Amino acid sequence: MVTKGKLEMEKMVVVEGSYAVAHAVKVCRPNVISAYPITPQTHIVEGLSQFIADGEIQNCEYINVESEFSALSALVGSSAVGARCYSATTSQGLELMHEVLFNVSGMRMPIVMTVVNRAVSAPINIWNDHQDAISQRDTGWIQLYAEDLQEAADMTAQAFKIAEDEEVLMPVMVCMDGFILSHVYEPVVLLEQELTDEYLPTYKPLNILDPKKPMSFGTLADPNYYTEFRYLQQKAMENALKKIEDAANEFYDMFGRYYGGLTDKYQTGDADIILVAMGSIVGTIKDTIDKLRQKGVKVGLLKVRSFRPFPAEAIKEAIKDAKVVAVLDKNISLGLNEGALFTEIKSCLYNTENRVPVVGYMIGHGGRDIRMSTIENIISEAQEVMESGIRKESQFTDVREEIL
Amino acid sequence: MVTMEDYPDIETEWCPGCGNFGILKAIRKALVSVGKAPHEVLIVSGIGQAGKLPHYMKCNTFNGLHGRTLPLATGSKAANHDLTVLTVGGDGDTYGEGGNHLIHAIRRNPNITAIVHDNQIYGLTKGQASPTSELGMKTKVQTHGVVNTPLSPLSLAVSLDCSFVARGYAGNIEHLAGILEEAIKHRGFALVDILQPCVTFNKLNTFKWYAERVYRLDEEGYVPDDRIKAFERSLEWGDRIPIGIFYKKEKPTFEDGFGTLGEGTLISRPKDQTLVEELIDSFM
Ligand SMILES: Cc1ncc(C[n+]2csc(CCOP(=O)(O)OP(=O)(O)O)c2C)c(N)n1
Ligand SMILES: [Mg+2]
Repeated sequence: MVTKGKLEMEKMVVVEGSYAVAHAVKVCRPNVISAYPITPQTHIVEGLSQFIADGEIQNCEYINVESEFSALSALVGSSAVGARCYSATTSQGLELMHEVLFNVSGMRMPIVMTVVNRAVSAPINIWNDHQDAISQRDTGWIQLYAEDLQEAADMTAQAFKIAEDEEVLMPVMVCMDGFILSHVYEPVVLLEQELTDEYLPTYKPLNILDPKKPMSFGTLADPNYYTEFRYLQQKAMENALKKIEDAANEFYDMFGRYYGGLTDKYQTGDADIILVAMGSIVGTIKDTIDKLRQKGVKVGLLKVRSFRPFPAEAIKEAIKDAKVVAVLDKNISLGLNEGALFTEIKSCLYNTENRVPVVGYMIGHGGRDIRMSTIENIISEAQEVMESGIRKESQFTDVREEIL
Repeated sequence: MVTMEDYPDIETEWCPGCGNFGILKAIRKALVSVGKAPHEVLIVSGIGQAGKLPHYMKCNTFNGLHGRTLPLATGSKAANHDLTVLTVGGDGDTYGEGGNHLIHAIRRNPNITAIVHDNQIYGLTKGQASPTSELGMKTKVQTHGVVNTPLSPLSLAVSLDCSFVARGYAGNIEHLAGILEEAIKHRGFALVDILQPCVTFNKLNTFKWYAERVYRLDEEGYVPDDRIKAFERSLEWGDRIPIGIFYKKEKPTFEDGFGTLGEGTLISRPKDQTLVEELIDSFM
């Protein structure tokens, strides 16, 4: 995180990650919240319920429902009539929403949802990885990944701003690592109401269901029209590339905190080895880099904040001088043996001059702890790749061979 | 002969004093009474504190997704109808997330016993309102108290002409085991809703609360053969709460609808592709 001037220590309070996010949602003044409890998301919605009960969110209804499918569906209805809408879920809940996710983005509803990333069943596992959100990659939701509590909170306000921009009008998932961020207590600056009001103006919906100006949502588009809907969604995603940068810059101007736009760089300037990753693992990687830099290893990190839209140009630019790129993914595309970020980074380089070797590591599945020693191993393997070429293109990390 | 030794105790992760212990014991007793050995039994669960029950049973078990027990169990029953199939789930699991499945399972009438640990709360996710939570009950999400009308699962089942409808109480294991025995023996879909105190998250519907209210239908000479009477009793919820068998009706089961199951289970049948190939060829 870059701060304008000193970090305002006197403004910092020690809160749980879920509280920081719930508070951020509160100051964004949503009109309708609907969610269904599921670990590790529950503290966010409990926090919001408390705010509503205490009268701290005006003009807001929390709709209790019987499933995630109903939660997001209820928001489709609310958004269609012009409400600013919020939900939060994870894992099984997000997978259950799959059908509705397409509906939301197809109808261009700027709903914001926190995804507290957790592994998916079976086997059931409540701990963190990114498989839940990554599996929703193609549903037309913008996907942003937060590194720490402060970023998760700040990103929430940015998400509404990006989603509601008339050149975007696409839903946004703010992804934060389950437990690692949602249940950790850390000092953060809670978003100030006045600043947030200035940063995020009242939502002025473009198209809503209104008896005075009738229109239809979600009607049939036959083969003569369907393609254009998809084309325009793609255009909106492309517009979002700039808007995500703008939202981060404006946030910096107003609140004085910055974590990167589409991506963020750490020690990449002279780096031979560049690691690429998303989410809380970024902190562990930065610590490892600090340690290895002292030993003279030229290693840096490219943090990807926006997975959708995919920031191909920013990534290409960031790694243009690297001698090797190692991508860390908390997910796997089964049958391909690659993590999604790795696959996409490779593919964006294919038709370019840059022949830098790219290797992939699938890591931290179902909450498997990621230690600095593991990151060091990855870096030393990357050094070998630099010297003698790729031996293993993509691999699982820390597999316990003894229990297979 | 099947004895209680066939269903040994296994270490559990429920809170001390949980109503689930009574249910676990009653299920074991009922299986012993009907003489079903562990290998003949399949218990399908969803996700929740109730959903952990299969972990504590020595028999065939299956942990499904939250809310999806009934379709899974129906599928297993169709492929191997020799199995005695039980499902266990919470009130959230069965009446909330899986509510639509319940309606259609009752309509299909597979020979399955659906056991619902009804603690009137989401236990596993630490205390939010479920579809059966009392009006006004306060939780961390329902901060002003529950406003949605509680579901009456038994009324729902009776209205759909469910072939076996009962309510047990986790605090009366003998009686509950008797109900479960009848439910397992019954041919058709049996819904057994069980009042299950959650000592940690439901401070309203406690053992004391239930004990003061439950009364046994059989002790009042009630005969469970009349749908209208059953519906009337199913609506009774307040100072007096009836437990026992509300309604029973013989009707064709889901499996009866498949004549081919008369020749044995699907999984034991030789797999003869020729007919399929002939059929496909006929389109070529
Ligand atoms: C699709 C989905 N949504 C949410 C959850 C989280 N979840 C697990 S159990 C549960 C409810 C538990 O309540 P209940 O079914 O009544 O069982 P109990 O724990 O009370 O026995 C919830 C919401 C989940 N596993 N899957
Ligand atoms: Mg329950």
